[in-house]
Amino acid sequence: MTDAIDAHLLRKVFGDYAAVKGLTLQVKQGEVFGFLGPNGAGKTTSMKMLLGLIAPTSGEAALLGKPIGNREVMSRVGFLPEHFRFQEWLAADEFLLLHGQLLGMKKEDLEQRRAELLERVGLTPFRNKHLRTFSKGMLQRVGLAQALLNRPALVFLDEPTSGLDPVGRRLVRDVIREVRAQGTSVFLNSHLLSEIEVTCDRVAFIQHGEVVRVLEMASLSNDQTSVTIRVSNLAAESLNGLSQWGREIQIDGEFLHMIVPSDTVLPEVTRYLVSQKAEVYSITPNRMSLEDIFIETVGKDGGL
Amino acid sequence: MSAISIIARLTFREAIRRRIMLAGLVLGVAFVILFSIGTHFIFGDIAKDTAANMPSQMAADILIAESTNTFMMMGLYAATFLSIAMAALLGADTLAGEINSGTIQTIATKPIRRADVVLGKWLGFAELLGLYVLLLCGGIVLSTFIQSGQLPENLLIGLGLIYMESLLIMTITLMLSSAFPALATGGIVFGLYGLAFIGGWVEQFGGLLQNDTAIKVGIITSLVIPSESLWRRAAFEMQTPLTGTFGSPFTTTSVPSSLMMAYAFLYLIVILFLAVHIFQARDL
Repeated sequence: MTDAIDAHLLRKVFGDYAAVKGLTLQVKQGEVFGFLGPNGAGKTTSMKMLLGLIAPTSGEAALLGKPIGNREVMSRVGFLPEHFRFQEWLAADEFLLLHGQLLGMKKEDLEQRRAELLERVGLTPFRNKHLRTFSKGMLQRVGLAQALLNRPALVFLDEPTSGLDPVGRRLVRDVIREVRAQGTSVFLNSHLLSEIEVTCDRVAFIQHGEVVRVLEMASLSNDQTSVTIRVSNLAAESLNGLSQWGREIQIDGEFLHMIVPSDTVLPEVTRYLVSQKAEVYSITPNRMSLEDIFIETVGKDGGL
Repeated sequence: MSAISIIARLTFREAIRRRIMLAGLVLGVAFVILFSIGTHFIFGDIAKDTAANMPSQMAADILIAESTNTFMMMGLYAATFLSIAMAALLGADTLAGEINSGTIQTIATKPIRRADVVLGKWLGFAELLGLYVLLLCGGIVLSTFIQSGQLPENLLIGLGLIYMESLLIMTITLMLSSAFPALATGGIVFGLYGLAFIGGWVEQFGGLLQNDTAIKVGIITSLVIPSESLWRRAAFEMQTPLTGTFGSPFTTTSVPSSLMMAYAFLYLIVILFLAVHIFQARDL
């Protein structure tokens, strides 16, 4: 199957400043791909190159198997830009109509789709209100509806949750899951690591305009898990025995912390503790958070 | 529906919704009314004066016809200026503003050509300007006709040339707007218009004084920006032969050639092509 995005050494130079040094990445069809990096790392420029808004200085890329800028492909792509701005003198429904027409959608299909999406993002009561009267969160919602009009095979979301309250953020998260279930690939650019953590299949870390690390989110839960065990009656000699399963063992009152190579050892740890006559109340694996990995990857200074 | 016509309709609707056209129409109607009131009294006075002072009825008729035509040309000159101002105002913010705000990003990532965006906007503005020129110039001509029974010579050619002048200014504005911010675009357009205006005057005086160098300066200015030469040709088409012998900004003594008109048309096409090209090549 062709990749949804296949970029090879995309480079963009503004004057003598290389905003993107050489972007190489592949996004598989049907996956939610997170694009992470500190401010000024070249995330938005990279996205704009993939969308044909900015011409790369060198390098090449393909969307859905066709070189970037292909018009047929763009009818199967959706895009929600950062700081979403639009024709504010249009009503929400007119705005969707305009974008559907530009996508070349059939009248009946577009009509049904507009109603469907307005309902999905909770804007049906405001469909005839002008966008200039909308709050930032409402604009973000109508922008999201716009990006999904054509049931895209690939959708680019640039900071889709900025300006949204928790309810709105939940909505975006749910919508991303829904479109993924329908086979849409999602390219998600976000600062909110917690957001990325719960929605993405894979993430790429970008720094100084290059991909420095690609990570499977599923692998996060398996390797390098830190565990917190609430336990009492634990003898000091029993504590030493735990070192066969993990390291950095610390005890803090009732709470025992340790790092295990994988959560598959947890049942054995439990059996051991019980056999040592300790009282176990809870075992909580703490995934190494994406934030930890982010800091570890780009450095505390954010790569400045 | 083609992408060009979608953008054209959007452009037309935007001008209406944002009340730019309303402001233009209100001022335009006020302008025509003011012109009608003014000329009503002036024509009355001229008729009285000539009847008393002219040696013959024929001489009186000629003088009345000439002065009516002169006032109509003054009105048309002002109407042309307003149309040009409208053309520059419509075009200055359009691409520059949408690039600046990012509105263009969701448009340009649709399965359309960038040329469709530029040509669609051009078409939308051309429709708006057509209505505007028709309202203003049509109003002046109609008002004069109702009051005096006079219609200018070659009315359609004249109005066509005035319309073309506003199209030319709009196209230049659109082209600049695809490269520069709105304010810079507006500044450059009015600067160019000023240049054409002064060049036109120099050529006019050259014509009156039979000074070849001055005429050449005017022609060269017209080659740089042919807007004023379109007005002067329009004036030549619509004025009475006698009016043309008096020098004034509203009338014409040195007549731009048909070749210059063809050049202006070609110029417009090239500028439009350039607008498309610049917009296609730039980062959004």
